[in-house]
Amino acid sequence: MPAIALEATSADVASAPLAELVGIRKTFGALVANDSIDLAVQSGEVHALLGENGAGKSTLTRILYGLSQADSGEIRIQGRSTPMSSPADAMAAGIGMVTQEFSLVGTMTVTENLMLAGVGLGRIDRMAARARVLDAAARIGVAIDPDAVVETLSVGERQRVEIVKALFHDCRLLILDEPTAVLVPQDVELLFASIRRLTADGMGVIFISHKLHEVVEIADRVSILRRGRIVASVPARGLQPRQIAAMMVGADAASPGDDTQAAALATAIGLDAHVPAPPAAVSTGRGAALEIRDLTLAGASRPLLDRISLSVHTGEIVGVAGVSGNGQTELVRVLCGTTPATSGTVHVGGADITTAEVPARIAAGLGRLTEDRRGSVVLNLSVEQNLVLEDLDRFRNGPFISRRRISAHVRELMERFDIRASASDPIRSLSGGNMQKVLLARALSRNPTALVVSQPTRGLDVGACDYVYSQLRGLRDNGAGVLLVSEDLDELLELCDRIVVVYSGRIIGELSAAEASREELGLLMTGHTA
Amino acid sequence: MDFPILAVLAATFTIATPLVWAGLGAVINERAGILNLGIEGIMYAGAFVGFLTAASTGSLALGLTAAIVAGLAAGALMGLLTVTLGVNQHVAGIGTTLLLIAASEFTNRLLFSSGSQTITVKFDRILSGFFAQYPMTYVAFLLLAPALWWLLRSSGFGLRLRAVGENPEAADAAGIPVARTRYAALMLGSALMAVGGAFLTLSLLGSFTLDIVGGRGWICIALVIFGRWRVWPVVAGALLFGFTDALQLQLAITPFFSAVPNELMIAFPYLVVIAALAIWGRGVRYPGAYLTPYRRA
Repeated sequence: MPAIALEATSADVASAPLAELVGIRKTFGALVANDSIDLAVQSGEVHALLGENGAGKSTLTRILYGLSQADSGEIRIQGRSTPMSSPADAMAAGIGMVTQEFSLVGTMTVTENLMLAGVGLGRIDRMAARARVLDAAARIGVAIDPDAVVETLSVGERQRVEIVKALFHDCRLLILDEPTAVLVPQDVELLFASIRRLTADGMGVIFISHKLHEVVEIADRVSILRRGRIVASVPARGLQPRQIAAMMVGADAASPGDDTQAAALATAIGLDAHVPAPPAAVSTGRGAALEIRDLTLAGASRPLLDRISLSVHTGEIVGVAGVSGNGQTELVRVLCGTTPATSGTVHVGGADITTAEVPARIAAGLGRLTEDRRGSVVLNLSVEQNLVLEDLDRFRNGPFISRRRISAHVRELMERFDIRASASDPIRSLSGGNMQKVLLARALSRNPTALVVSQPTRGLDVGACDYVYSQLRGLRDNGAGVLLVSEDLDELLELCDRIVVVYSGRIIGELSAAEASREELGLLMTGHTA
Repeated sequence: MDFPILAVLAATFTIATPLVWAGLGAVINERAGILNLGIEGIMYAGAFVGFLTAASTGSLALGLTAAIVAGLAAGALMGLLTVTLGVNQHVAGIGTTLLLIAASEFTNRLLFSSGSQTITVKFDRILSGFFAQYPMTYVAFLLLAPALWWLLRSSGFGLRLRAVGENPEAADAAGIPVARTRYAALMLGSALMAVGGAFLTLSLLGSFTLDIVGGRGWICIALVIFGRWRVWPVVAGALLFGFTDALQLQLAITPFFSAVPNELMIAFPYLVVIAALAIWGRGVRYPGAYLTPYRRA
């Protein structure tokens, strides 16, 4: 019974922390991912773990959850040394983890998914499990249909199922790895309410996030990781996002704002979301860079795109917001020419490209940067080969291609776009950030009239995000039109001049960036028109 | 014209029996994420080992047991190849089929000089009239199918099996031993395939001949897709094939159809399977981890 376990927990609080990591060290070859890390999580506490990508947060939580083993150091649960050699050990010790990639079986019902852990071989008691699901859902204050098939649920609902799954096993410490990255604002509110209920119950929560305003809102304590070490562990009360950002990059926290690196970082992670972006340089004689008229794509039961009309002017970034699966992917595919539209027209710089093949689209001035980064390159080819893949014709001498001219072109691009790799490296060996730079270089080197961008910073660290943002702004300021499809509201608010919201394949609202608020966008994203 | 409809229906169940055994074995394998193309060879090995044991001991029970053991061993071999070594499942399965057919044939030639062997013991049909069927037919339809349906739906083992076939990462995170579950599924499924093969020698024919399985394994692979990996639709598919085969056998000896070439008649059930797959087999949803070996990240 959870209630009894919780009482025992609160009785022990005075003596020892809920969980304690002592002197954890983990290396991968020459890389020290975690270096003598000490971390304690108290019962009833939300402990935020912050750091850039590669700072060691994931490694640390994987060690705590038994997914990977530390080279040295100790894990103590309520003062007792507890080795974690597998997730089963962690679960037995009362630790639950919810990652961005949910571990749910999509074709099974919620109840079946929750029964999976610890299920025996014999008869299963579906009704009892069903009742426990309802119980656990009530504990976090959300409604969950125990008979719903998981793949029919929204991302927010799936996340709640994951949390309920952890509670199912008398979890006393919950690790949430970037739980808000995929949520619309209303779902974030629900999540925070659930977290507060759980901590009031005596549970401990490790909360990993890149969004500093959220950390400030929900955390009791903030620990910051930099290059595998804990560089600060401070109470969250009264902490300013800017100070946290400074600590993350290693600037002096006492003089926030003076440090340009910290300021750049703060910008990159969306702290200045409420400061409108600097007005575009081009303001007169705005033509349409990208003109979409009544674009429709038929689906099996309902249209995937339903009469989408949208123009992106030169010198403008237009954002497309929406919960994933509402037509964004299809819109990008149709614009890029990988899926033919059922009806409607698309013009780039005045030229009709509705039915054009991909090379003709590129020639008409359309640039593309799709969400499928690894699908946009040929993984086994080199950086150099990938960079010129789409315009080999430019380097032709009769039937042959000129290696010399390619090398010169590639060298220039790699320098201009700061690609940190060797031209002959296979592109699969590049980090996400560097790969994105290659794709940006490839798209921008042709000076496109209109650029279609989808999820440009997904999985990138703050430094790389900042770089992508500056490139997109630069393109805009040079007079191109940018269509930015993103699930990251901070990103959209940061970059866009206007934001349209798609829901169920239709545009159901448009807001100027200056007047757009997170709440308003969130409502539109869930299909509520004002 | 006096058409013996009851005889055709009775033959339908007899012909469908090996397909039910092997087809449901394939369902168990594929729901765990593994396409077992060893099916044709495993049926062949089951037919031969069952026959050989029954012939040399005079015991049908021992013959059936030996076929099951052969199936378990073949399942373990497929497990070694696809689960432990992570070999491409098409290659592992076809290799297993080639190996088992060749090994059975080779042993048969070594022991007996002529191609076809007859045993003195053989399962007899029970009951009479339309209900005159072999015991393994009754077991297939009345025990095996309901038991596997229950197993997949309402047992912990079934839940584990579906989880490793749909999303092994999630199963692993839930503490389910992915490799062990897949081995168990492969061995259970392969044992059922071997029983399907043994039905041919120990019940239907009472003899072992060259090419005795005759592509029934491949038919099962198609039936599983046709039945969308569910127990009862696969049984229905087996009955559909059984019916068309029984029908063509009957029509072949009906004077009205004597002008139709026999080859065309024999091809008829297979054409029906292809047609059925073309109609209902499109847009099916394969198990999530189909063909994919699991390795912890």
